[in-house]
Amino acid sequence: MLTGRMALELYLDLISPPCRAVYIFAKKNNICFEFKPVELFKGQQHTEEFAKVKILKKVPVLKDGVFTLAESTAILLYLSRKYNTPDHWYSSDLQKRARVDEYLSWHHNSFRRIAPKTLWIKVLIPLFTGQAAPPEKLQEVIDELAASLVQFEEKFLQDKPFIMGSEISLADLMAVVELMQPVGVGCHIFADRPKLAAWRSRVEEAVGKELFQEAHEQILNIKELSSIEVEPKLKELLAPTLMKMLK
Amino acid sequence: MVVELFLDLLSQPCRALFIFAKKNNIPFEFKHVELIKGQHLSEEFGKVNVLKKVPALKDGTFTLAESIAILLYLSRKFNTPDHWYPSDLRKRARVDEYLSWQHTAIREKGCRIFFTKVLMPLAVGQPFSPDKLEEAVKEMNFTLVQFEEKFLQDKPFIVGSEISLADLVAIVELMQPVASGCDIFADRPKLAAWRSRVEEAVGKELFQEAHKQVLNAKSLGSMQLSSELKEHLKQILKP
Repeated sequence: MLTGRMALELYLDLISPPCRAVYIFAKKNNICFEFKPVELFKGQQHTEEFAKVKILKKVPVLKDGVFTLAESTAILLYLSRKYNTPDHWYSSDLQKRARVDEYLSWHHNSFRRIAPKTLWIKVLIPLFTGQAAPPEKLQEVIDELAASLVQFEEKFLQDKPFIMGSEISLADLMAVVELMQPVGVGCHIFADRPKLAAWRSRVEEAVGKELFQEAHEQILNIKELSSIEVEPKLKELLAPTLMKMLK
Repeated sequence: MVVELFLDLLSQPCRALFIFAKKNNIPFEFKHVELIKGQHLSEEFGKVNVLKKVPALKDGTFTLAESIAILLYLSRKFNTPDHWYPSDLRKRARVDEYLSWQHTAIREKGCRIFFTKVLMPLAVGQPFSPDKLEEAVKEMNFTLVQFEEKFLQDKPFIVGSEISLADLVAIVELMQPVASGCDIFADRPKLAAWRSRVEEAVGKELFQEAHKQVLNAKSLGSMQLSSELKEHLKQILKP
């Protein structure tokens, strides 16, 4: 029996920062994959079909034959190894690699946790509840993000061109996509931070401006999202999460 | 020059490192950073880790934060047995997957129980809030279902037949609610069986040694937090 070579499948919604990291990485490294769109705001990640792929009901998800994998960090590492991507993405040098691991770990409880809140507060809460979130809430998030940005510049970036040193790595990629979320909703976090802005330019350059723009098209045109009709079931499902955010 | 590990065994990630280094006979100098005395907030420790958190590693002039990064660094530098971080592409991906997920799942929920039941009362001098604890336990319960369904399933260990960094990182986090008086293993036979296997694989004596301090409920409940730490906690925990 002939088994057709099953393409690598990546389940993505480019509204989601980790999905953008995976998308950019795969494209930049010419990794052939089938883009399986998952529209988060149509509640598609909660469907039965998607559940078969992913019990945790989150994107991104990779499917390589019968092997399914969640978590963007795990997916990026898997792809870098399987497709032997250039060394700088995840340096084989012990200490440089440790720096990337260090950032990828810290990332979860900093940018990954905080940056998405800007989207929730500025766009999604109004979209889902028909009401604006209290302005103090946005300020709270901006302050939290600001504190993280200070740590990022002081500890991870310092005076280097990239987190690891002279070349872009998975760390920069994961960081930049997350920081584009506030930018997309009008929080100009790069405006008063020249060092950070310079780093962002370098990352865009290293990734390729066209690819970077392509990946960020949706988040940068968030107004279109604001006019999407949200699935009532999804509104119900997300109501508790939203309430928590407003506490 | 021996690797220095800056640790406090009250901290889950510190225990993972302690166990890993000892189990693999990695020579290291145990640099005790006493959390309750607020030593991690000192300027001196800030030179080791500007993020002012434990654990931290110092290898010559090279300093490293984040337990996951340190575990991986040690596994590579000291060529630890393959099962800890399998060279098999897919098995390794499974470890990475768990190590990534756990930050905002098991780790977060376990910490929350510990903060609510043990730390916050000590910081503010008031009994813990039963409502807040109930909420924290509820979230932990939900996370444990995900852990059993997605990560453990019916395998002996997270990645299959042998213990890996994933199990080690998981177990130390799950001991924090236990130490707080919430025995999450009590009604979960599958989880309890997995815990036994992990303890066995690590070595019961070493496991006990690592957890001695945090499991001493009496001393835990009567910890004298430094005033600096109390202020710091009140700020970050927002009672």
